Amino acid sequence: MADFGGDLDAFRAEARTWLEANFPPSLKGKSGFGYIEDAGPDDADVKAWTKAMGDKGWGVPTWPAQYGGGGLNREQARVLQQEMQRAGAWNPIGGMGTMMFGPTLLEYGNEAQKQQHIRAIARQEVRWCQGFSEPGAGSDLASLQCKAEDKGDHYLVNGSKIWTSGGQWADMCFCLVRTDTTKKHEGISFLLIDMHAPGVEVRPIKLIAGASPFCETFFTDVKVPKENLVGPLNGGWTIAKRLLQHERSGLSGGGGGGGGGGMFGVSGSAPNLAKTYVGVDETGRIADADLRSRIAAHDMDRRAFQLTAMRTIVESRSNQGPSAATSIMKNAGTKIGQDQAELTLEIMGHQGLGWEGEDFTSEELQAVRGWLGGKATTIFGGSQEIQNNIISKRILGLPDPVTSN
Amino acid sequence: MAVLTEEQSMLRDAARTWTQEKSPVTAFRKMRDSGAPLGYDPAAFAEMAEMGWTGVIIPEEYGGSDFGYLSLGLILEETGRTLTASPLLSSALAAASAIILGGSDAQKSAYLPKIASGELVATLAIDEGPHHNPEKVALEARKSGSGYTLHGHKTFVLEGMAAGLYVVSARTSGKPGDKEGITLFLVDADAKGVSRKALKLADSRGAANVSFDNVEVGADAVLGEADKGLDLLEKVLDRARAGLAAEMLGAASQAFDVTLDYLKTRVQFGQVIGAFQALQHRAAKMFTDLELARSCVEAALTAIDNGAPDTAELVSLAKAKMGDTLHLVSNEMVQMHGGIGMTDAHDAGLYLKRARAAEASYGGQSYHRDRYARLNGY
Repeated sequence: MADFGGDLDAFRAEARTWLEANFPPSLKGKSGFGYIEDAGPDDADVKAWTKAMGDKGWGVPTWPAQYGGGGLNREQARVLQQEMQRAGAWNPIGGMGTMMFGPTLLEYGNEAQKQQHIRAIARQEVRWCQGFSEPGAGSDLASLQCKAEDKGDHYLVNGSKIWTSGGQWADMCFCLVRTDTTKKHEGISFLLIDMHAPGVEVRPIKLIAGASPFCETFFTDVKVPKENLVGPLNGGWTIAKRLLQHERSGLSGGGGGGGGGGMFGVSGSAPNLAKTYVGVDETGRIADADLRSRIAAHDMDRRAFQLTAMRTIVESRSNQGPSAATSIMKNAGTKIGQDQAELTLEIMGHQGLGWEGEDFTSEELQAVRGWLGGKATTIFGGSQEIQNNIISKRILGLPDPVTSN
Repeated sequence: MAVLTEEQSMLRDAARTWTQEKSPVTAFRKMRDSGAPLGYDPAAFAEMAEMGWTGVIIPEEYGGSDFGYLSLGLILEETGRTLTASPLLSSALAAASAIILGGSDAQKSAYLPKIASGELVATLAIDEGPHHNPEKVALEARKSGSGYTLHGHKTFVLEGMAAGLYVVSARTSGKPGDKEGITLFLVDADAKGVSRKALKLADSRGAANVSFDNVEVGADAVLGEADKGLDLLEKVLDRARAGLAAEMLGAASQAFDVTLDYLKTRVQFGQVIGAFQALQHRAAKMFTDLELARSCVEAALTAIDNGAPDTAELVSLAKAKMGDTLHLVSNEMVQMHGGIGMTDAHDAGLYLKRARAAEASYGGQSYHRDRYARLNGY
């Protein structure tokens, strides 16, 4: 790619010209992945746009160019984002590969692994899923049992994983496996498994909200090439922790000032919904004073969260180092999302409990599904209890908790 | 912590050093035990004035440094940490704001330099009952000759015994609860007909009830516009509330730090109690709330300095969130200290008492939640 020598204006002009030439106008202002799902994978414009961004590496703008990334510095990436917004363009490259696995592999993978996998992620050619949790290893992730035995020229994997998001569509799985049964954390390795290999079986799990975003994955005598081990043998736990940091920073919704809780798809503001469903008093205020007060408290929580998200950005940009406030963002953000869902349901009354059918608006149906689905947010990516453990230990310097055994 | 200018960093560091060395909690305790009639130590306040703290928001032409509200908030945060009692909030922030925002040139010249030097203590006399409600004004101001006659009562006036000047909200038309018809007056504490009675409150600060018995004032005592005083008063109160929230942030931060230290040192069942997860998660909750509240307090002070259009909302947010947080932390400070936290010899009780008094001043959490809803149209 061209060397812009730090000249942002030149880069801005280049980005603008390229976007004009490559972004299909028919996709302008569409809502990214939601649109891809609606349009289907065969939509010609989506395909062309995905290929253009993949070839350019701009779906992962700051990843190194030698592996298929954009090779941009932070300022250039910001300019690209501004220009994409200006053009109404959105990033078609996404998923677990870009958010969690790619950054981790760039840090811990060997040269051959980076050559093999990073470019495919940058081009959206390979879909990745995460094989961490097991039926018997949830919050206590390091107690996982899925084992990989050394068979000389390959590893033989046996065991099962659960909550594999998108497992039914994935091509590859980044997986934690036990390679030493005599140690806990130091007996775990980080292995890449082909989901199309013989012996891999995926069963979708139906959740309380009705959909099946997660799967159970079974490995029976699955042969995995030796070169698919990332990092040292029995050194997988360190890599897993790093990957979870990438996951959490994506989950809090803290970066963008979205305010947490926007993730559940209920867009109408609680005060306006309440005015519609509950009614107003003679002065135009929400008629139910108790509900009104709780809506105000919720709105204030949301505002406080947004202000804190902005503060962490400002503080990390100044020379104060990483802000201690970042540690609270997952718990604070997910709580606000769940509170909003509960309030929405309460405001809608029975009308907010419809499961399906034309007696309910799509917003009402979404309210109940979002409320149920959102219960997962304080469980996955490190439950709220695990987050509190992390704050206690890392930030507050309290000792490891007392265990009963 | 907000990103500070060099001036602000120096100011905060100076405040931290002075409060830790010259005004630790033991100084507050000593003042309380001595039964100091004013509810603060005048010698300590004179030192604060000497360092320029009483002039931080006052324009340079009137003897201040005009450093702004975030700067004064940083000082109040430090004084809050050690429970330092002084008229810094009521006089150098609240009453000074009233005169800066609403005063004529003559009023500014007459009072601001004296407030900046610490020579004069001024304060807001606005509430008339146990709950903050700036619209509920019954104290009457009748036209008489070229001036007015004030008649009525004000309650829970902060530094009411020390004040030489009151900023009084009075009704010049309408009835209690009306937004129209409120006028602010500047009334000397030694004017004929003014009497005051000290209130002994749990937090041992200098509050008083003040009576105005047919007090005659001239037309030049009106602050701002007659009958339109509520708009001005709300702006003044928002400054006072943000300043008080900063003080509360300091108190809550210190109460938390002391409690966290105790969790790391107190041994029961053969281990420090901070190893118990039941306490760890409550500590993590306090830390989370403190971080969220800090963002609100800093945003409110910054909004005032920037003249931001959403200042009122941010101030109610800050006062309510900070009130909830200090409420929690002060309760947990006692609970987590156990029996020792119930003793008068320990500081936990001092923070608990100050917490509730600060929560109630200039509007408690439910007042500000309701105000936040009103400001947002619901």
